[in-house]
Amino acid sequence: MATIRYTKDHEYIRVDGDIGTVGISDHAQHALGDVVFVELPDVGKTVAQGGEAAVVESVKAASEVYAPVAGEVIEVNSDLEGAPAKVNEDPLGDGWFMKIRIADAAQLDGLMDEAAYAEFLKALE
Amino acid sequence: MAEASSTETLAFTPLHALHLRLGARMAPFAGYDMPIQYPTGVMTEHLHTREKCGLFDVSHMGQAILEGPNAAARLETLVPGDIVSLAVGRTRYTQFLTPDGGIIDDLMVTRLPGDPERLFIVCNAARKDVDFALLREKLPDLTLDVFEDRALIAVQGPKAVDVVEGLIPGVQSLVFMQGGDFEWRDSPVFVTRSGYTGEDGYEISLPASQAEPFAERLLSHPDCLPIGLGARDSLRLEAGLCLYGHDIDETTDPIEAALNWSISKRRRAEGGFPGAARIQKALAEGPARLRVGLTFEGRQPAREGVEIATLDGRVIGKITSGGFGPSLGAPCAMGYVAREFSAAGTEVVALVRGKALPARVAKTPFVPNRYFKG
Repeated sequence: MATIRYTKDHEYIRVDGDIGTVGISDHAQHALGDVVFVELPDVGKTVAQGGEAAVVESVKAASEVYAPVAGEVIEVNSDLEGAPAKVNEDPLGDGWFMKIRIADAAQLDGLMDEAAYAEFLKALE
Repeated sequence: MAEASSTETLAFTPLHALHLRLGARMAPFAGYDMPIQYPTGVMTEHLHTREKCGLFDVSHMGQAILEGPNAAARLETLVPGDIVSLAVGRTRYTQFLTPDGGIIDDLMVTRLPGDPERLFIVCNAARKDVDFALLREKLPDLTLDVFEDRALIAVQGPKAVDVVEGLIPGVQSLVFMQGGDFEWRDSPVFVTRSGYTGEDGYEISLPASQAEPFAERLLSHPDCLPIGLGARDSLRLEAGLCLYGHDIDETTDPIEAALNWSISKRRRAEGGFPGAARIQKALAEGPARLRVGLTFEGRQPAREGVEIATLDGRVIGKITSGGFGPSLGAPCAMGYVAREFSAAGTEVVALVRGKALPARVAKTPFVPNRYFKG
């Protein structure tokens, strides 16, 4: 079964074996507002943990999306090109950004699980 | 308008408590704690304003009456707009200029009835202290009555006439850039048919104590939603209107800012305003750079600060406002380019994060204005 981990910058990574699906949390999509464009990386690109992996643009502003862990981008969600609003409608599902082959699974240990992220959000309020 | 430069104590408008009750996301703007968006979100607020109508709290803006003998002619020594020819009840857009023609602020001037002459001035929140100091220094013979205790509420959109007429009978007889005295619940209100969205609509100046009940009455109309500064920005961008501190400032003159329509034939010929020599030269010879609109092939927005380049990569200017136009359904921007590249249709690129986005110089507004001209 896939497990989900969150960063303090509100990205998530859904882990299935050595593949992680990366996107932004429901909290993040809500804070950004209506997403109008997502700039995705090229497939094959290597990303560092915490390095810039994508840019999400709302009506108001552009925000960087960081890689939760290091790895190689093996697939991007090209549906977002024509339908960026999927990020708002279904951030944890159809609104995913990219799949990466995780370089070092130990990096996942530093991320928050569902419960810890919920606590983290509560503390932000 | 421009952002606040610090996070010192923020001022509140008379509608502050209402914004909080409506669930607005608040942020500092020009020294005020202002609503950026409501729970509906920028996209919905923007589209609703174009389709029906929206209420905007613009109480942070400066409001004042300049009064005295020959007030119009005296004001003309500070602005290039034709104020002397302004009829009673008519509004005109103009700019305060530095001695070399840079824009200190842009403002609306409405001539009020009465003798001696009286002019109602509305200017930007971030610049009002500078503007009022300038008026006091340069026009000491006139009286400047700054309204500290008045709200300013804009109602914009095709339904604005029905919504406002329902509360303030008579306003439907005004045309674009016309204003007059009216009453709401026995309080004097001053209403102009104007705004900054490209839509028909009104700006209503009223006592601070009446602002909240008046706003609540407006919002009780099913066609009228509260609109934050986020959508105000995307609406004015689509309408091709300048935002002070971004598209215009003291380093830009009205000619390169493509505001020459706001300077009449008489004033161009006679001069008599700050920077007249520079402006007359720019009018005669054409400015070195010009504010233009940009449209894009893709969906990726290009924002303020992005460089504009020729197809072979030579930088020719910079974007001063840009984003996604919800009604346009595509990104749009404005910025300055060297004049030889300013013709509509010129192909250029915008350099966004190392990528060259294909763009084209375009006429503004990006969506047609729908002012009510009678």
